[in-house]
Amino acid sequence: MDERVGRSGLTDRLIVRPEVGALLGAVVVFVFFTVVTEQFATIGGVATWLDDSATLGIVAVAVALLMIGGEFDLSAGVMTASTALVTATLSTHYGWNVWAAVVVSLLFALGVGALNGWLVMRTGLPSFIVTLGSFLALQGLNLGITRAITGTVQVSGMRSTDGYAGAGYLFASTFTIGGVEFQISILWWVVVIAAAAWLLVRTRFGNWIFAVGGSAPSARAVGVPLVRTKILLFMGTATAAWLVGTINILRFTTVQANQGIGLEFQYIIAAVIGGCLLTGGFGSAIGAALGALIFGMARQGIVYAQWNNDWFQLFLGVMLLAAVLVNNGLRKRAERVRR
Amino acid sequence: MSPLIEVVDIGKTYGSVIALRDVSTVVNAGEVTCVLGDNGAGKSTLIKILAGVHQHDRGEFRVEGEPVRFSSPREALDHGIATVYQDLAVVPLMSVWRNFFLGSEPTKGFGPVRWLDRKTGRTTTRKALADMGIDLRDVEQPVGTLSGGERQCVAIARAVHFGAKVLILDEPTAALGVKQAGVVLRYVAQARDRGLGVVLITHNPHHAYPVADRFLLLKRGAPLGQYEKSEIDINELTRQMAGGAELEALEHELRAQA
Ligand SMILES: Nc1ncnc2c1ncn2[C@@H]1O[C@H](COP(=O)(O)OP(=O)(O)OP(=O)(O)O)[C@@H](O)[C@H]1O
Ligand SMILES: [Mg+2]
Repeated sequence: MDERVGRSGLTDRLIVRPEVGALLGAVVVFVFFTVVTEQFATIGGVATWLDDSATLGIVAVAVALLMIGGEFDLSAGVMTASTALVTATLSTHYGWNVWAAVVVSLLFALGVGALNGWLVMRTGLPSFIVTLGSFLALQGLNLGITRAITGTVQVSGMRSTDGYAGAGYLFASTFTIGGVEFQISILWWVVVIAAAAWLLVRTRFGNWIFAVGGSAPSARAVGVPLVRTKILLFMGTATAAWLVGTINILRFTTVQANQGIGLEFQYIIAAVIGGCLLTGGFGSAIGAALGALIFGMARQGIVYAQWNNDWFQLFLGVMLLAAVLVNNGLRKRAERVRR
Repeated sequence: MSPLIEVVDIGKTYGSVIALRDVSTVVNAGEVTCVLGDNGAGKSTLIKILAGVHQHDRGEFRVEGEPVRFSSPREALDHGIATVYQDLAVVPLMSVWRNFFLGSEPTKGFGPVRWLDRKTGRTTTRKALADMGIDLRDVEQPVGTLSGGERQCVAIARAVHFGAKVLILDEPTAALGVKQAGVVLRYVAQARDRGLGVVLITHNPHHAYPVADRFLLLKRGAPLGQYEKSEIDINELTRQMAGGAELEALEHELRAQA
């Protein structure tokens, strides 16, 4: 029997980990911008691109779990605006305490997430279509309700609301390292990554995520609660979007009703760069976080290099294609399917 | 003692398609009931009812004497009925031990905070597989890297390990070579000898005959006949399956061509 063991060396083990490609990519991007720009690798530079990566990465990690579970959520981007609008409208326009508004906003997000999941499971339609619907619906609601209530397309004035100081401390304060202020969003990101990574590979629920994405009928046949697992994953992306929406509204104190559009694809791109398969069943939370890191580093690096932002789009496109190709190769090695 | 499973005049329609009608059979502990029939005969439909994937709309389905109607595979599992499907026995990208424990993962932790007990998972899987004579080099490898026969064996070992009383196998040997089919049939026999009731579905009377105690023949959703092993020999079984007279005609035809 021993002749079969030969090939499973360390490299084989490493190469089937979904985040390896993203890690290499992150190192390359980091080294590149460190060399071509002055500020990129300074503490101030790091604080800037980490913050950018964090607000993207918080949702990207949740989206990665959902994608591993075999579904998409196109409403996650506008959801960051919807939740911010709920919080801002309740506290500035109706005079609610910020904490209460934040809690109601979370309930709203959980409700929409559950509705997304329930609709997908109930109709059997691709989640791409169902959440495209909720994406459009939320976008319409964001604008329509904001205009109806405020007469404008933005809500502002958070700073003078009840409970702003405390909530702001939790979601939008800064901490200082080496004389430079870092946004607390970075800590939130770290917490989300740690929780998601642990959930995914160390818990029963994580096992179910891989199973429902890898083969839903097989999972159901051995008693995995398919519907519950998927609905919870949709609620997870909505919650992550709520966290980012809350961070944003408390930091900037103003929210535009048309904010957040386009972010949904950035989340998916970060997850794919991080090794998630579009077909589900394979990927990692840490990979998605690395994907978001590459995103943030490249976006800020291009600013530091004083290049036109058009180059960022080109970079993204190339990155995405490269990632998909690498992932496919890795998956084939991981599977080496024999029929 | 009542049989583990008993179905009486059971029927199922998908919209206007009558997939199954008036089928009756029993499954006893320590016996193999074999369901034979052509493509589209209703074999998978029958076992999907037993497994809780679909519900019957006519007749009665009893488990240990109690009439039941399962609304999910989980419910069937809770009654001790485990199913190994044609192609979806396992999740290919997941490791062997994660597949083995899927849906019944061992956990440890404090109070409500629980996490996977990966060590127990791995050692138990290795041991359970070894008990059934399956020797795997690495329980961390993705199941997709196993051969078809090995995958079926993992699924069977899983069902046996989790205390199934009834094991249902939908064409476990369909995609396998002669030798691998033999290996799988040996595990089927082993499960039977441990006292499980087995429902085996196959196209192939040569796979069915050595292990089965009872044969249920289906044709276009209806029962064609039911025989105890003592009532029928393999030639007659083959003849019945191919539709008796039709086969004789075919034989003539082939002989004429030769
Ligand atoms: N979900 C479904 N919806 C509609 N018709 C179905 C469905 N499942 C099965 N059928 C029909 O019911 C009949 C019996 O199908 P079934 O899958 O039980 O056959 P089978 O004996 O398992 O065939 P095979 O040997 O090819 O696996 C077929 O005519 C099939 O087309
Ligand atoms: Mg079938």
